Amino acid sequence: MLDNQKDNDISSIISDDFSYEDINFFDLEKPILEKFLYSMLLIRSCEYKIAEAKKEGLIKGPVHLGVGQEAIAVGIAQNLIKTDRVFGAHRSHSHLLSINQNIHALFAEVLGKVTGFSKGMGGSMHLSNPEKGFYGSVPIVTGTVPLALGAGLAAKLQNSGDIAVAYLGDGATEEGVFHECLNFAKISNTPILFVIENNLFSSHMHISLRQPEETTIRFAKANNIKCELVNGNDVNSIYRVSSSCIEEMRKRPEPFLIEAITYRWFGHVDWREDIDVGVSRSKDDIANWKKKDPIKLLKEAMIHNSYWSISEQESLEDKIQKEITSAWSKAMNDPYPSKDDLLQNVYE
Amino acid sequence: MIKTTYSKAIYDGFDYLLENHPEVFILGQGLWSPWYVGNTMNNLETKYGKERIIDTPVSESACTGAAVGASLCGMKPVIVHPRMDFMLYSMDAIVNQAAKWSYMFGGKSNASVTIRAIINRGGCQGAQHSQSLHSWFAHIPGLRVVMPSSVQDARDILVASVLCPDPVIYIDDRWLYDQEDYIDPIIEKNIDYFQPKCIEKGNDITIVCNSYSTFLGKQLKNLLFEREKISAELIDLRSINPLKIDVMVNSVKKTRRLLVIDGGWKSCGLSSEIITSVLENSPTNILKCAPKRITLPNCPAPSSPIHEKIYYPDLDYLFSETIKIFKN
Repeated sequence: MLDNQKDNDISSIISDDFSYEDINFFDLEKPILEKFLYSMLLIRSCEYKIAEAKKEGLIKGPVHLGVGQEAIAVGIAQNLIKTDRVFGAHRSHSHLLSINQNIHALFAEVLGKVTGFSKGMGGSMHLSNPEKGFYGSVPIVTGTVPLALGAGLAAKLQNSGDIAVAYLGDGATEEGVFHECLNFAKISNTPILFVIENNLFSSHMHISLRQPEETTIRFAKANNIKCELVNGNDVNSIYRVSSSCIEEMRKRPEPFLIEAITYRWFGHVDWREDIDVGVSRSKDDIANWKKKDPIKLLKEAMIHNSYWSISEQESLEDKIQKEITSAWSKAMNDPYPSKDDLLQNVYE
Repeated sequence: MIKTTYSKAIYDGFDYLLENHPEVFILGQGLWSPWYVGNTMNNLETKYGKERIIDTPVSESACTGAAVGASLCGMKPVIVHPRMDFMLYSMDAIVNQAAKWSYMFGGKSNASVTIRAIINRGGCQGAQHSQSLHSWFAHIPGLRVVMPSSVQDARDILVASVLCPDPVIYIDDRWLYDQEDYIDPIIEKNIDYFQPKCIEKGNDITIVCNSYSTFLGKQLKNLLFEREKISAELIDLRSINPLKIDVMVNSVKKTRRLLVIDGGWKSCGLSSEIITSVLENSPTNILKCAPKRITLPNCPAPSSPIHEKIYYPDLDYLFSETIKIFKN
């Protein structure tokens, strides 16, 4: 756990001049690093494709893109098993793709096609893949946090050794139910990992306009929950921190909270960078955060340390582009649900 | 057949579920204290352990959400709200999450949670300790809403609710707890079995009621016959969402008069829904006279005894209002 002086200091976690030289490899070997790179790049390419299709009007519903935040889900997912119980929110493409890389099912879902993750009934904001441990994401802020708590409580009652994961944003920590969940999780020793993706913005509002501190980890401390503040753009650190706490949680059920500091490149919703739901964001801020791009950091660190080469990178990017093109074209040609499905599944 | 009370029947339902279905667990405030839930759950925590009978922090929202979440993972949780008024803190988990979970995800998983909401009114408890908000929940597609009136239904509908794959709001009224009746041994039944039921035959008027108003309706039927030789047909709703109306439609075809007694408010309420649905599905001019609703007056529950006495319709009031239908 960090000492109090560092608690609310974002620059001590991710400084303005943070670079690939600051990336630590711990004891990670090439296959896992390559997997991180592939997953992050796949998620990003997928979201860029969605942004482009949204701009072109091919996607009808809203899309909340997490470009710039890929490292968090990728680092955590490396520690998960398919019987764990993961819950997301409105910006959850990465949470799902980090545990199931079926990009076709995501494309189909955002297009409202029957082959999508939620059979075309959910769209970008309602994703579900329980077979792989992704129980659901919904756009009510903090809506799934108590559900994840219950999923963790169930894991404890079932003695399964599984854990629940609740992904939430910094805005979600302002909802009352979040604090109820921290308290209940602690008092009941529920194996739930709260992952706060603090991208400093809730919709258009910077955290400094909403909270007395720029980090939220104080809420874990107030509830005696073990916690760690990490650089959300450093996949290796996220993996290492989550790996040790998840291992502990499986052995002895208890909650844990990770706050990952990051930044989203797009606005709150849809495809524009500079305008965020009607309010301009600082272009300098966006440019500065792009220098701390999680994919660029890992790639450069790997090349610098001779784990990786430019040609390997090029062939990886090429491979992913082909996957994107093929999955997108398949999804575009897939059928919609039938009209009769409108009234299905209201009740079982 | 054994004779038991409504509250003991609820206890028996829980006892049966916990004994026979290991995936059932219960959480809520006051579960380790008889003060909160009458004698409907006495000492369950001693018999089944505090792991399965969880008395929770004062957090309706988190606890209801947790019940919903556990229900997605193979458990059959019951969240108990000792007063429906406090349950309003948990509206997101109920209305946004549980009710829509199956639909949003194409039926891939169901929130098979039971939300027990207790109506606990009277005793001059006033505006925030008295509400019966069943009509709200009945508005929401995806929620099942049940309101047992008889002793046997109190137990059997509880069992069916907990075993049902859909989210169910199970509403019991503490004013019914001391009712006594003979009941059969438990047989597990699908929740669809518990539809509106004609519980007393009659020819002159159809009286539709639910929960405690069914208890009143039975006395009203007797009074109407004793004093006016009016023969009333009594329908106990039991399940108000989804609502099956054919029993009411058939009854009204015979009696050609319709009265609904409901323990909620009038505007956009259950009584309005019953009358509209019956008329929509009946031949024109089926009624000999205008349909009637008897509900709570259009104000919050009062705290002064002088107001409370007139707030909840009593038998005399029901009788005089019903008689008016025949004088039109």
